[in-house]
Amino acid sequence: MTDTPLSLIRNFSIIAHIDHGKSTLADRLIQACGALTQREMTNQVLDNMDLERERGITIKAQTVRLSYPAQDGKTYVLNLMDTPGHVDFAYEVSRSLAACEGSLLVVDASQGVEAQTLANVYQAIDANHEIVPVLNKVDLPAADCDRVKEQIEEVIGIPADDAVEVSAKTGLNIEAVLEALVKRLPPPKGDASAPLQALLVDSWYDPYLGVITLVRVKEGRLKRGMRIRMMSTGVVHLVDQVGVFAPRMTNVDELGPGEIGYINAAIKTVADTNVGDTLTDDRRPASEPLAGFKPSIPVVWCGLYPVVADDFEKLRDSLAKLRLNDASFHYEAETSAALGFGFRCGFLGLLHLEIIQERLSREFDLDLIATAPSVVYRMLLTNGTTEELHNPADMPDQSLIEKIEEPWIRATIMVPDEYLGAVLTLCSERRGMQEDLTYVGNRAMAVYRLPLNEVVFDFYDRLKSVTRGYASFDYQMDGYEESDLVRISILVNQEPVDALSFIAHRSAAETRGRSICAKLKELIPRQLFKIAVQAAIGSRIIARETIGAMSKDVTAKCYGGDISRKRKLLEKQKEGKKRMRQFGKVEIPQSAFLAALKMDQ
Amino acid sequence: MDGPMGREEPLALYVHWPFCLSKCPYCDFNSHVRAEIPRARFGNALRRELAHEAGRMGERAERPVVSSIFFGGGTPSLMAPETVAGLIEDTRTLFGMTDDVEITLEANPTSVETGLLRAFRDAGVNRISMGIQSLEPEALRFLGREHDAPQAIAALETARALFSRISFDLIYARPGQDARAWRRELDAALALVSDHLSLYQLTIEPGTRFESLFRQGRFHLPDDDDAAALYELTADVAATHGLRGYEISNYARPGAESRHNLTYWRYGDYLGIGPGAHGRLTRNGATFATRRHRAPEPWAERVERTGTGAHPEERLDNRDRAREMLLMGLRLAEGISTTRFRRRTGMTVPDATDPDILHAAIGEEYLVHDQATGILRATAAGRLRLESLLAALVL
Repeated sequence: MTDTPLSLIRNFSIIAHIDHGKSTLADRLIQACGALTQREMTNQVLDNMDLERERGITIKAQTVRLSYPAQDGKTYVLNLMDTPGHVDFAYEVSRSLAACEGSLLVVDASQGVEAQTLANVYQAIDANHEIVPVLNKVDLPAADCDRVKEQIEEVIGIPADDAVEVSAKTGLNIEAVLEALVKRLPPPKGDASAPLQALLVDSWYDPYLGVITLVRVKEGRLKRGMRIRMMSTGVVHLVDQVGVFAPRMTNVDELGPGEIGYINAAIKTVADTNVGDTLTDDRRPASEPLAGFKPSIPVVWCGLYPVVADDFEKLRDSLAKLRLNDASFHYEAETSAALGFGFRCGFLGLLHLEIIQERLSREFDLDLIATAPSVVYRMLLTNGTTEELHNPADMPDQSLIEKIEEPWIRATIMVPDEYLGAVLTLCSERRGMQEDLTYVGNRAMAVYRLPLNEVVFDFYDRLKSVTRGYASFDYQMDGYEESDLVRISILVNQEPVDALSFIAHRSAAETRGRSICAKLKELIPRQLFKIAVQAAIGSRIIARETIGAMSKDVTAKCYGGDISRKRKLLEKQKEGKKRMRQFGKVEIPQSAFLAALKMDQ
Repeated sequence: MDGPMGREEPLALYVHWPFCLSKCPYCDFNSHVRAEIPRARFGNALRRELAHEAGRMGERAERPVVSSIFFGGGTPSLMAPETVAGLIEDTRTLFGMTDDVEITLEANPTSVETGLLRAFRDAGVNRISMGIQSLEPEALRFLGREHDAPQAIAALETARALFSRISFDLIYARPGQDARAWRRELDAALALVSDHLSLYQLTIEPGTRFESLFRQGRFHLPDDDDAAALYELTADVAATHGLRGYEISNYARPGAESRHNLTYWRYGDYLGIGPGAHGRLTRNGATFATRRHRAPEPWAERVERTGTGAHPEERLDNRDRAREMLLMGLRLAEGISTTRFRRRTGMTVPDATDPDILHAAIGEEYLVHDQATGILRATAAGRLRLESLLAALVL
């Protein structure tokens, strides 16, 4: 191993909507090629992380090398690159796709094409992939293969006549999928004698081996003992091990063109490996790097704070550990007057945010508070400079701002037509601009441009509720545009609560300000003195609520035998006050702010 | 009266009798039910503990004079009158008593106890505090009392013939009790008594039967707004009968206030004997918090063995005393004399309180600080919110 002729290699990925059966199909393919015995198969081999298995989604790209004796009598090497199904991980999708020549498009034979499928399949088409449609779950009574094939042709615009009809669950027709891969996908191209060009597809931290780097060799050979150079940085590493995932890590001497495998080269942290970089031979370097990917940029930011202040160090360590394996996620320390010490964290999208938050609580046992997610605003200041704003609390004075730009997205929403009206209303409430509206059967596909800011604010939840969960939604970033945006501060007794300030379009400012004030009125318990809760744009108050003073709080009986107990109670209350945030002469329990932040999401 | 040794004021004496015929569901006091109440044993133990404590307070001449005795419980009207007489006599012998000494005994209005009222008067008791709690039959059942309304009225009539000073307790803000019903009941009560009433809002205390019933949702209490309205109504009705709210839950004709209880609220010295009794005693300028073993029989065993059932004393520093004096003194309509505050605690009011809260509370008319008289007092609005006010104010 491994000197496989190019003609016997097929590299492919699988594109599917969540729950359409991608991982189950992958398992079947692995099983059919005998890479693992029945006993070794745990369900869904590719989804390693507990969280992935539980949510039925794939977060990190995975790969497996299969050996398939085809009907033509030859044995082929099939490299399966698993791809994340969700838009937040479009970047991970793009690097997986760049390592392959073709894709299986898995569509549930009763559900049909969903919004997420579309985005990924278009990416695959852009990457010049040969697409093989696979209809899954054809054994279910609701399966309607003809309708779904028609939908694939109409919506995606690729022929679906010879789609492979399978049931990954029962194993029906799995062989036909393998044959289709061999017959319909092109073999990779490449010259084994050319200078090495290998694409850095992914990397992750293994506690025993250090950083493992997943590569796709395009030209030349990658050998054990070679000194490789990262073309973006010029840094050189000695390759200790070369191997393939079969699916267990198996060492080989070298990887030739068209092959996918891993190297282990004493690299300390994942941050030292730039996904999309080109690896070349230090002694005989390629003249040009491969076309890389666009680097991943966080588009959604929020503050993460430990509920218990003592957990701050633990949070810092946990974030560092997560970052070891997920270089797309960013964090920097910040302080909030209301919430204490924490971190401002950047994510690829809302799901990414949710996943990181969940991993922190689950794997690191941290109890966290997240501030409302914010997008990255671009501010052109009067002094001619441009600044990016990740935290509404940092927004400079309005007089220093020439103009503000906000990020827009292009969203695709697919929905049964009876809910279309509600979806269109929701989109226009959120300043959406309709780009396209088409029907396939009784399903509508609406394409909208929307400010991302309007989407991070409870859009998913609203979409889910107005369509009873029948809508699917996907988006991609679509540039920045100038907008009339204002920062709304929330004041408690005239003092701003930094964690609750937010940026909104001027037209929505008053409504949102009023709703937050009303929520806080419900959440803040009545105190000794009355409390003013206000929303303000600069010095202008746009909403106000007053929390009246408590009406009665006194013990009926207090005699000689009660003094000690009452004094000790008083001392305990003083301890409790340390966990309160002082606003003028009232103290507000942190729990009220936490509840307000929770309701916001 | 400031002596060189800091023994500046007379002493109040509290005697705890820990037994009741039955345990009331709202009560979290140190009270116990026994098939046979060991009257003689506990009478002897109380007298022995009193003598022991007197001995600890120096020679007879150095001891403070007693200005009030309060027999509380439990149900002290279940004591043998001879025990009450003996304790009063002992007090006179061991400490001496002021001429106008106030000697109060708590009594329940059951017929048995009413029959003993004359004997208690002959023993030296000169004030009766009657645990009536309600004049409504249904409420008395709910509160688990052993008497009915006619018995209560009869007991008060008997007491009136024997004692010049009578007070009784009522519990209001009961489940389902609206303002009209409470006004009617309170008017009826005020017609029965002329100089003192303790009117308590029903509160749910931890460890009581009411607490578990309340938690199970078996009954509901008025919310804070309704409770506040009932409280204000109470003060208004009492005032029309000439009774002034001189403490959160205590109403009296001027001059008829409970002097014993005023000692607690004014943060004077008091000696407490009997199971679970607390005390505050000043010795050589230092104040000590004392308390005794709560369980009746182990307390008695300790007294029989060593002369006292006391736990180790806790020495209170200036800050402790300042906190205690504020939390007691602000319950009183008369407030706190800042001069006396400095003398009793070694601290000034500004040292002991948060200046911002003090300022805000005065602005909100929760507190009044009269510079001319040197009095700091909580207004009616301030007293209604006293726990929150103290939590914010007291440093």
